[in-house]
Amino acid sequence: MDAREILSLSKDALMSNKMRSLLTMLGVIIGVASVIMLVAIGAGAKSYIHRELGNLGTNILIVVPGKTSTKGGIHPPTASTIRKLVYDDAVMLRKRARHIADAVPLILGSSKVKYLNQSRDNNVVGCTETYFDLRNLSVESGRFLNNADVDSKRKVCILGRTVKRGLFGDRNALGAVVSIGDGKYRVIGVMAKKGVTLGIDFDDIVFIPTTTAQELFDTDTLFNITIKVKSSAEIEPAMEEIRQILIKRHANKEDFTVMSQDEMLGVMNKVLGIMTAVLAGIAAISLLVGGIGIMNIMLVSVRERTREIGIRKALGAKNKDILIQFLAESVTLSLIGGLGGVLFGGMVSLGFQLFIPYLPMEISLWSVMLAFFFSASVGVFFGVYPARKASLYDPIVALRYE
Amino acid sequence: MIVLKDIHRSYELPKITVEVLKGINLEAEQGDFIAIMGPSGSGKSTLLNIIGCLDRPTSGRYLLDNVDVSTKNDNELAEIRSRSIGFVFQSFNLLPRFPAWKNVELPLLYGGVEPKMRKQKAVEMLGRMGLGDRSDHKPNELSGGEQQRVAIARALINSPVIILADEPTGNLDSKVGKEIMEIFAELNRGGVTIILVTHEMEIAGFAKRIVTMRDGVCYSGCA
Repeated sequence: MDAREILSLSKDALMSNKMRSLLTMLGVIIGVASVIMLVAIGAGAKSYIHRELGNLGTNILIVVPGKTSTKGGIHPPTASTIRKLVYDDAVMLRKRARHIADAVPLILGSSKVKYLNQSRDNNVVGCTETYFDLRNLSVESGRFLNNADVDSKRKVCILGRTVKRGLFGDRNALGAVVSIGDGKYRVIGVMAKKGVTLGIDFDDIVFIPTTTAQELFDTDTLFNITIKVKSSAEIEPAMEEIRQILIKRHANKEDFTVMSQDEMLGVMNKVLGIMTAVLAGIAAISLLVGGIGIMNIMLVSVRERTREIGIRKALGAKNKDILIQFLAESVTLSLIGGLGGVLFGGMVSLGFQLFIPYLPMEISLWSVMLAFFFSASVGVFFGVYPARKASLYDPIVALRYE
Repeated sequence: MIVLKDIHRSYELPKITVEVLKGINLEAEQGDFIAIMGPSGSGKSTLLNIIGCLDRPTSGRYLLDNVDVSTKNDNELAEIRSRSIGFVFQSFNLLPRFPAWKNVELPLLYGGVEPKMRKQKAVEMLGRMGLGDRSDHKPNELSGGEQQRVAIARALINSPVIILADEPTGNLDSKVGKEIMEIFAELNRGGVTIILVTHEMEIAGFAKRIVTMRDGVCYSGCA
């Protein structure tokens, strides 16, 4: 018997009980489809984060207070043991480090922002001119901060679009005076739409000079220093340089952490990777259950066809012939199920991409291959026992079976 | 051609050992037509199974075409069945899902004959059995006599050394049974060796030689 004949034999057997074959395959179909869909969700989320981070600018390093032992994670800064990062740290970096384009001392706070009778609680970011480039921001009207604003602690602000809408509606905001906290600030610009990136709504932020923010929040502690490196090739030397300069300033102690966006990306990739693997693993369990379903049905089928097995043996079939025949049936079941699952999972993933564009799903080839080969091996694994059982039937007993 | 020497066959049951065949000596020549008779439980079918290489004797020697088959393993026996033996059963034992010609070609499938050749031979053999127009019918679309003729076609397809029939007319009315026996007689005239089991004297009458068995021993007719 060659492969084609074995296949046609399985086809005959499976087609003779279509409903049963279909239901048995359904287990594998669901298993394979869910592996593919869940991996597609994971891959989609990954590339979504890649895109968003690209959106946030490239060649960026961030210095945060506190030393972390492993790369990437951030320990909660405990004030007693860690020296804070201060404005002068950033100034020093800007002056000394040769590989960086600029260092932005960043202060983050929230405050009440008021105009006439409108008021809202807002995130306020204290930054410098470079932050604008660094995060790929742009203004809709007016201008962003400049160095003079920062140096002379001017009380000026740039409003995010949402903030401007909330306070001014459709009226012109440029030149108006809003109160932030206790101070009065002149609006010098309104930001263009940026949207939500990685959970930060850039449209709902008020930007003021870092120096002004220090007074507003009465602090000299920076949230972080965000650094623009000259080129991607200089990221590594820049990190080392920043480390050296800051260690010297901090009494020879490394009580800060320099992170690159790549590292953060790496951490998120790792987390997403684990998540995807866990989800795919859970889906794989359903594939296993599908395999048990195949075994169950094959056992029933072998029992039902005891007489057929006896006849075939009497007519000269060897144990091997019977084994192959039944194994081919279970493998055919699981392979067709696998194929159906690939199609079904692929279609659902594509459907999601079409109709719900914000839920990113990307079908990855490896998950398709994996699910398919896994389903094939499920067919072999769970088919061997029933097929072996069939092949070992005593022809005399089998022929007498009613 | 067939030589059985002191064949014993016993079955181990949980508490006792049942000896079904207690030393059978039987010889059959090419062109023989033997009817094995005897009451139920006398060991007829067990003997037939051993001759058909479906079963092995517990002791004794069985020479088929001068080859000792009593010590062959399962695979070797399967090969011998496929090459040298044709079976006809009381209940026809056709595969219900397949049309007549697919049933007939089965022994060729396991004999390694290629598909086109198989179908051609199968249809030809059905024609010889007078079923030329029935080759695409499934067993349940055929009468009992027709089904048994399909089974005979299947038994003959490999040009076996010997045809073994276990009560081939048991499920047929006497008229159709006789028709089937005519076919066997005709085949025998053409040189085919036939051994059949029956307990109808009328059927046994078609044979050249009658062997009677009682309690696992050969009562009469054995060489």
